[in-house]
Amino acid sequence: MKVIDTVAGRHSGSRADSGLLEALHGLQAEHGYVPRQEAMALSRRLSVPLARIFEVLTFYSYFRLEEPGRITLSVCDGTSCHLQEGPVLLNALQELLGIKPGEATADGAYQLNVVRCLGCCSCSPVLMVDDKVYSHVEPTDLPRIMKKHPPIVNKESNDDAHSTA
Amino acid sequence: MVKLSINNRDVEVPEGTSILDAASELGIKVPTLCHFKLDDFDIESKAGSCRVCVVEVEGRPNLAPSCCTPATDGMKVKTNSVRAINARRTMLDLLLSNHPKDCLTCQRNLDCDLQRLAGEMGLHRILFEGEQMEHEVDRANESIVRDPNKCIMCRRCEAACNVMQTVGILSAVDRGFDAVVMPTNKHSLAETKCTFCGQCVQACPTGALTAVNRSYDVWRELNHPAKFKVVQTAPAVRVALGEAFGQEPGSVSTGKMVAALRKLGFDRVFDTDFAADLTIMEETTELIGRLTSGENLPILTSCCPGWVKFFEHQFPDLINIPSTAKSPQQMFGAIAKTYYAEKADIAPDNMLVASVMPCLAKKYEAAREEFAPNGVRDVDIVISTRELANMIKEAGIQFNDLEESEFDNPLGESTGAGVIFGATGGVLEAALRTAADWLSDEPIEDVNFTAVRGLSGIREATVTVAGKDIRVAIASGLSNARDLLDKIRKGEARYEAIEIMACPGGCINGGGQPSIKGDTSILEKRRQALYVIDEDKQIRKSHENPSIQKLYKEFLGKPGSERAHKLLHTHYTERENA
Repeated sequence: MKVIDTVAGRHSGSRADSGLLEALHGLQAEHGYVPRQEAMALSRRLSVPLARIFEVLTFYSYFRLEEPGRITLSVCDGTSCHLQEGPVLLNALQELLGIKPGEATADGAYQLNVVRCLGCCSCSPVLMVDDKVYSHVEPTDLPRIMKKHPPIVNKESNDDAHSTA
Repeated sequence: MVKLSINNRDVEVPEGTSILDAASELGIKVPTLCHFKLDDFDIESKAGSCRVCVVEVEGRPNLAPSCCTPATDGMKVKTNSVRAINARRTMLDLLLSNHPKDCLTCQRNLDCDLQRLAGEMGLHRILFEGEQMEHEVDRANESIVRDPNKCIMCRRCEAACNVMQTVGILSAVDRGFDAVVMPTNKHSLAETKCTFCGQCVQACPTGALTAVNRSYDVWRELNHPAKFKVVQTAPAVRVALGEAFGQEPGSVSTGKMVAALRKLGFDRVFDTDFAADLTIMEETTELIGRLTSGENLPILTSCCPGWVKFFEHQFPDLINIPSTAKSPQQMFGAIAKTYYAEKADIAPDNMLVASVMPCLAKKYEAAREEFAPNGVRDVDIVISTRELANMIKEAGIQFNDLEESEFDNPLGESTGAGVIFGATGGVLEAALRTAADWLSDEPIEDVNFTAVRGLSGIREATVTVAGKDIRVAIASGLSNARDLLDKIRKGEARYEAIEIMACPGGCINGGGQPSIKGDTSILEKRRQALYVIDEDKQIRKSHENPSIQKLYKEFLGKPGSERAHKLLHTHYTERENA
């Protein structure tokens, strides 16, 4: 809500809607995605129809409509990783987690993304878990890697984990 | 003013005028598709997305979309150069590449702007066999079918939904090839705050938004040997139906319409105008009650189902102000299946009550669960003016040659007050005629409350009735309704009575009427036709309708009685505003 107020204050009057993108960026920075309730509040505050906000959200691939998983697994599909069987690694991860790229597991523990490129082509194929990079990953390595990143039960413990790390 | 030449002819236009409008000053027509303009309502959408209106401008390397390029001084424009025409053809070729080719069975067949343009531009083959879209067709409501596969992203429905009506549910979703106009969160219309006003259907140039067609169901019922078939016709239908048979806008075709309905096989042809008179009895009783007590003012009319759904979603804090009177359509159904069924000795569940309405929201309204006591719907099937026109054509009836026929009684007798319900301001005027009589010692002579008439979006007047000043306001078009309600919410304006109709101009411009194709002068002609019918009536006050008086005497008791409340009043439901 604070983000919305700040942005709305800057773009008032007849051009209130020009603050839309800025506010959406703020919401995504705060929540990791744009929650529906926040989008509705924004719609009221800027007098922009919710439908128009949804249009902007679905136009830019940057914006997320669902809460991301707490641990992010990014499989690189840049040119090098792609040639070094990155797609095989991605398939294995999809099977292991039961989700597709861009989705989170039902318990909200893991988020699977495809990215390009992570800039470590010499280590391809590359898997990044949160901000830790794993090199030359083969499907058989996955159980070992996943063990190092056990699921975090909820958001509070997520914050704890960060503070103790 | 700026001076320019178009096709070697000079023209002078005000600054800011588009090339398209400047050309039209010279009588030069440039084909358009995504451009959408309703002069009298100050609505213009020029997305510039279809590129069909491109013209050649001297000194400019690219072709210019004429709908959204302002004319400038000294500009030299060619609208029909070979280059411009070829470019238009290519645009259409591209639009058709992923457009379904099922024109023959499309609801819009013969009424589609894309189809017409392809014909006019002489496209006789599909040049690009492109990938086809595979979106789900939304049929989950009673009023509107949304087929995203036929969407050409012209954004005309967005202007209708978001600007004209401020309902705010239609917008583009996703990007590139997948981009399509849809409700928020890709919901079906039934899950949204859509009012089913149908203005998006009127705005759509293709088959992406069409009306739910129930004429097949009417045919089936008409062939049911044991059923007693009753039909009612709304006021606005009789001043627009003729247009579908080549008659001039503003022609009154009441008699021919009744004759056609008889030929189609209805046992009784009744009039929604009768129920409009009945609505006035109940609503005016409520108005006078509130005026006397000074409580719960202003009263808002409740005849329009689009408006009702609009306030249920968007103004839940005002949910107790609207009149509890049912709409004329629903009052008719309730009386037909009780009073009339009893009189004619017909079992209510063996009676078909069909409606012909200028409206798509009426289809939704008739299906609301509170209008089906004991599971038997008061109104069984609702068809639009357009569907009736098609049924008449299907049956091979030569409409223009028909001998005029009269409505049946008792539910076909109506007054001038009933018929003006079809235009913005009419419901309020009808209520004022009765209120004036009831509040005065003797009947009023002049029944013309001209101050409340007109097509403009919001009108206000102070009407003196029996020495009392009544402040009234009228809004048509939901953006105007919103402006008015916002003022009331903020306490900036005070009125005793307010009439609201969802469609700009009222039911004469309903989502089920023959398309005006952007020509709002047609609406003025339809509106005037209703007042001509009113003038021609012997009786012009609802409470003087003999059949209405008889109905109260024999069956309902007094207006506002317990029985009247049970049959003729309703309640509203707060709905999600998302």
